[in-house]
Amino acid sequence: MKIYLRRQLNLLEFTLSSLLRRKGKNLALLVVFSAIVFMLASALLYSHALRREAAILLKDAPELVIQKMVGGRHDLLPQANLAKLAEVRGITQIHGRLWGYLFDPIAAANYTVMVPQTNPPEPGFAIIGEGISGARGAEPGDQLSFKSHDGGLLTFRVAQVIAYESALATSDLFLVNEDDYRRLYGIAPGLFTDAVAKVRNPREVGKAAEKIAELLPDSRIVLRDEILRTYESVFDWREGLLLVLLTGAVLAFAIFAWEKASGLSAEERREIGILKAVGWETGDILLMKMWEGGVMSLSAFLIGYLLAYLHVFYLGAPLFEPVLKGWATMYPAFRPTPFIDGFQVATLLILTVLPYLAATVVPIWRAAIIDPDQVMR
Amino acid sequence: MLFHPSIIALLLASALSSLALVGSALFAVTLLRHWNLSSGSERQIVLEQRTYLVTTVLKLALIFEAGSLLLFVFNADKMAKLFVGAMCAVGTLNVNPYGFPALILKIAVFFLSAAWLMLHHIDSQGYDYPLIRVKYAALLFLAPVALVSAFVQLTYFLDLKADVLTSCCSTLFGGSTVVTTNNMGFAPEAWSLGGLALVLAATGLVGLWHLKRGRGGLAYALLSLSVLVVALIAIVSAISVYVYEQPHHHCPFCMLKQEYGYVGYALYLPLFLGTATGIGAGLASFAGRWPSLSLASPALSKRFAYVSLLSFLVFAGAAVGLIMKSHLILFEGFA
Repeated sequence: MKIYLRRQLNLLEFTLSSLLRRKGKNLALLVVFSAIVFMLASALLYSHALRREAAILLKDAPELVIQKMVGGRHDLLPQANLAKLAEVRGITQIHGRLWGYLFDPIAAANYTVMVPQTNPPEPGFAIIGEGISGARGAEPGDQLSFKSHDGGLLTFRVAQVIAYESALATSDLFLVNEDDYRRLYGIAPGLFTDAVAKVRNPREVGKAAEKIAELLPDSRIVLRDEILRTYESVFDWREGLLLVLLTGAVLAFAIFAWEKASGLSAEERREIGILKAVGWETGDILLMKMWEGGVMSLSAFLIGYLLAYLHVFYLGAPLFEPVLKGWATMYPAFRPTPFIDGFQVATLLILTVLPYLAATVVPIWRAAIIDPDQVMR
Repeated sequence: MLFHPSIIALLLASALSSLALVGSALFAVTLLRHWNLSSGSERQIVLEQRTYLVTTVLKLALIFEAGSLLLFVFNADKMAKLFVGAMCAVGTLNVNPYGFPALILKIAVFFLSAAWLMLHHIDSQGYDYPLIRVKYAALLFLAPVALVSAFVQLTYFLDLKADVLTSCCSTLFGGSTVVTTNNMGFAPEAWSLGGLALVLAATGLVGLWHLKRGRGGLAYALLSLSVLVVALIAIVSAISVYVYEQPHHHCPFCMLKQEYGYVGYALYLPLFLGTATGIGAGLASFAGRWPSLSLASPALSKRFAYVSLLSFLVFAGAAVGLIMKSHLILFEGFA
């Protein structure tokens, strides 16, 4: 065992010194390899962060959302339906929600208008997200005016700007009082946008949904788990799409690595010839070349991953943000929570190091079987 | 479902290693037909040079096969969120009928690969490539298994359909339809634990006998394999229950996670290592019939058996420790 380890150590030492002797060539390879790792790692880290954010957001969401459908389209839900829903056993809490979208021509953006269930603002006041605050330059005490449904002007005074653990959801939020909401959109009392219900036992959620579907056949019922699953697979899909797009780059890199490994200079061939002449076996040369590949890929992996970590968690992934997050006018400044996942590192290792090894193994072998007398003559 | 990063990684690994194995198997056919060490012909020299390439490629492929086994399990666990009713890897693997066959085939490929690598190591101890024909004949058996494993894995992933909001116009998307289950068939706890103790004891005795007298290597290899099977049954039916302290949670994978302090590794790593080196002990003692290995291989066999015995001891210690530490009592009057 000891002899084996010492042999490996000596080979590693030799490899490192021979890598240093050809700085230029190896540095170019290292830079390209690190760039590949950097791109793939950025995509993985960023979408992972987004997924976590979505999960945090939906953690406290109600189990069921019930919407009334008319002609396959979402319609307003009458109060009478809420009373019916309250009778379904297993449902502990049910209430109608009031929300909608509001286009603001000044900011050229859509706001999400909502009436909060608890602590609604006073009539004439609004609580706004930081995105709106930034777009309109509105601070608490400032006034914002909007056109209501009948063309009249409705003015809100900013009561507060929301600071929340997840800026993703609250950036474009515009919270108002129920009366203001109905005046803004012209929705009569007794009508709601949709309803949410809480179910105490998580295993009864499906059954409760079935009962609601029987009771109110003209409604659409969305389960929280379904939303979570959909988010998950949307992010997976986007992440996968980006990876597939990047395979072109990985392939190009593999060709580059192949080229580098097979284009041995006369000096390198001579070196291998001399090594063999002084007693190295083909196996030793192979092992040395393998160490070379190992050192290269590990350094490139660490450098690339580190850069990606900085790119995503300190700079907010400016390169991939538009693809992975989706697009909107009012996106929040989003600083994801740093997180390293061993599983993800393993995935990344396979995606980057494996193509490199696959591309270089044949050239390495070609180099190792060189006949000493051929190159030294 | 193919657009999932880890699935892409798994498919890439299995595609490359399949390619490597097919290439090596084709080479194996040529080698079996034309290998002649006493000949100095050009073909023989090319063959000898090629063996270096093939063994290097195979080493890489088999290492990645082993790594992808772990990745496969973790991937299944991560994807559990996407399926109604799935709570961990078991649920995901049960989504379609290819999940567990894919896993079992991957485990089979892992052990076959380990056996092949040990065979290669034994072979390299002799000066005249004594086992080269055995080695490459074995490759002709290993390659199809690996190909089938890659194919079943691909089918499994192709057949996965996440339960997501597909159309915004349907009334009820999910409901209480149970698509997948988290249940695993299991043996009675007392039988599986008793059987495990028995098999481990038998393996220990045969192993010690082998260490002392240098005989019974093949019997030891067979016993190591049976330890693997019995231990996996015991983990599913009894040890997992002790780990989770819940009489109905029989998952063999959850214990690999942080929530349970990664204790699963303390069970699986020594178990797999013990079985693999146990097989190696059998192979090495089998190789003793070749004259050029008659000195090296018995020693190697003992060394493999030694590592294997130690690993099984660690495994047994970990299992007993987990049972003792658990607050769950399955058998009144015992631990």
